[in-house]
Amino acid sequence: MPGLEDLYREVILDHYRNPRNRGELETPPALMAEGFNPLCGDEVKVYVELEGDRITDVRIGGQGCSISQSSASMMTTAVKGRTVDEARGTLRSFKQMMSIHEHGLEGEDVPPDDPAGSSGLGDLEALRGVVKFPVRIKCATLGWNTFDQALDQDQDPDQALS
Amino acid sequence: MSLDVAAVKAEFPLLGREVHGTPIVYLDSGATSQKPRAVLDAMDHYYETINANVHRGAYHIAELATTASEDARRSVARFIGATDEHEVVFTKNATEAINLVAHSWGRTNLAAGDVVLLSLLEHHANIVPWHQLAAERGIEVRWIPLTDDGCLDLGDLDRLLEGVKLVAVTAVSNVTGAIPPVRQLANAAHAVGALCLVDGSQYVPHLATDVAELGCDFLAFTGHKMCGPTGIGVLWGRHELLDAMPPFLGGGEMILDVRQDGFTPNEVPWRFEAGTPPIAEMIGIGAAVDYLEGLGMDAVRRHEVSLTDYALSTLGDRFGDDLLIHGPSDTTHRGGILSMCLREIHAHDLSQVLDQHGVCVRAGHHCAKPLMRELGVTSTSRASLYLYNDESDIDALGDALDAAARFFDF
Ligand SMILES: Cc1ncc(COP(=O)(O)O)c(C=O)c1O
Repeated sequence: MPGLEDLYREVILDHYRNPRNRGELETPPALMAEGFNPLCGDEVKVYVELEGDRITDVRIGGQGCSISQSSASMMTTAVKGRTVDEARGTLRSFKQMMSIHEHGLEGEDVPPDDPAGSSGLGDLEALRGVVKFPVRIKCATLGWNTFDQALDQDQDPDQALS
Repeated sequence: MSLDVAAVKAEFPLLGREVHGTPIVYLDSGATSQKPRAVLDAMDHYYETINANVHRGAYHIAELATTASEDARRSVARFIGATDEHEVVFTKNATEAINLVAHSWGRTNLAAGDVVLLSLLEHHANIVPWHQLAAERGIEVRWIPLTDDGCLDLGDLDRLLEGVKLVAVTAVSNVTGAIPPVRQLANAAHAVGALCLVDGSQYVPHLATDVAELGCDFLAFTGHKMCGPTGIGVLWGRHELLDAMPPFLGGGEMILDVRQDGFTPNEVPWRFEAGTPPIAEMIGIGAAVDYLEGLGMDAVRRHEVSLTDYALSTLGDRFGDDLLIHGPSDTTHRGGILSMCLREIHAHDLSQVLDQHGVCVRAGHHCAKPLMRELGVTSTSRASLYLYNDESDIDALGDALDAAARFFDF
C-alpha cells in the first residue's frame, strides 16, 4: 500500500513551503497561460519570458495543493535558462513519468523508483510517487501543461505580429 | 421512534469493508450514499427472476417487470407526498431532470428578456442549463445574493423578482448545508406569476418531503444520494404543467402513434421517458424509498441534526480557530454537511491524509463554483453525514484531522 511518505517527499514539501519563482511578469513581452484543474478548482498562471529561443524567466501565480504548487515550483527551476526545445524535452520526460499505469488501485505492486538520475529529471524525481495516487496526477501536471500552452502562444500569429 | 444506528449500519454491506487496513469511515454521502441490502436485493431479484422489457410483452414476466417498475413510481410519489403518481417522471439523475425542465418547459415558455432567478447556493446542475438557455434564447439569469453567514439575502426580493418567470433554487446547499426558505420563495414566485423549481438533491434524501408543503411546481432529485442506485433520478411536476410540455427526447415509449408525417406524444409521465427505461434502477429507487420510509424520515432527520450538533461542537472544541466550518451554526436550518478548511492546508492534501485513516470526504469545489467564489475559497474538504453515520465516525474524522495538522505542521 502506498503511504503518505511516497507522495509527500521532503523536497516536495520544501517547494510547497518555499515556492520558487512565484509572481507575475508583464504581458507582453512575457507569454502567459492560465490552467484549471476542474476536479478541485485549482488555478495556475504561468508567465514565460523568452529571449530568442531561451527562457530567461518563468513565474507562477494562482493557487493549488502541495502537489500542484511544488511541481510548478520545481518546473520553474528546471526550465529557467534553458532553450525552448530543452524545456519541452524535460516536459516530455516528466509527463512520461506521470503516465506509468501498471499499478492497480487496490494496493498491488507499484513500479520501483527510477535509479537516481536515469531520467535526467533530478529533483523532479521526487514526484514519481504521485503516480501511485492517480487522482493527484492532474495536480502534478497542471503547471506543466499550462507552461506548454504559454509556449504555444509564441507560435500564435497574433502574438508574433505584436 | 429513534434510529438504531448500529442496526442501520449493519444493513449496508460496503460499510463493513476496510481501506488501508482500517475500517472505512464513509463521510461522503453528499456525493453518493451507500446502498442497503434491501436495495441490492431488489435489483438482483429483478435481474434473476423477472428481467424483461416493460410496457411491451404480454407474457408473464414482462407483466411482472412492468408492475414492479410502476409500483416503484407509486412508492416514490408517496414518499414525496404527490397525490398523482403520474406526476413522477423518471430521469437519469437530478441533472437530467433540471435539463428536462429547461428544454421542454423553458423553450416553450421563455423568451428574450425573461428572467430565471437562481440563488448563489446552486450546484452547477441548476446553473448551466439556464446559462445555455440564456445563450440560446437571450433570457436573463439573475442571482439571489447571500448574507454573511451563508444564507439567502432576501432583503431585496421584490426587486429581484421583476420580470422573473422561474425561481430555481436548491432546498439544501451541497456545500454549506444551508436550508433556504423554499416555501417563502415559492409563494413569492407565484405572487408575480412565476413558477418555482426546487433542486431537492440534498433535501429529499434527508428530510421528510411533501411537495404540497414545499409549495413548488417542479422538484428534481437523484436516486443515488438516497440509498438508491445511480442512473435514476426524478422530476416531479404538477400534472397540468407536465401535460402542457412537449417531449424532451424522442423515440420509443414516449409516443402514442407514429406516422410517416409525424407522431403523437404519449401521456405524462411516459412522454418524457423515451426508450427502454432503467428498469432495475426504478425498482432500486422504489426499494430505497420503501427502506427510508420504514425507518421514518423524521427519525432520519433528528439523527442527522443531533450528529451535526455533535460534530460542530466536538470539532470546534478540538480545533478552535484552526478549523473553519462554513455554513449556518443553527443546525435546525442546515443539513448534515460540513465544508471544512483546516488552517492553510489545501483540501486535496487534507483529504489525502484523511484517506490514509480510512476517512472518505470530498475535496474540491463541489460543482458550485459561483458559491465558492462568494465564500472566497477555491476548494474545501466536505464531510457529509447520513443515517448510517454515528459519533464514532465524527471522532475518527477528528483524529484524522489531528494527524493531518501534525503532518503539515509548518
Ligand atoms: C444540490 C445538488 N444538485 C444537483 C446534483 C446533481 O446530481 P446528479 O449528478 O445525480 O444529477 C447534486 C449532486 O452532486 C447536488 O448536490
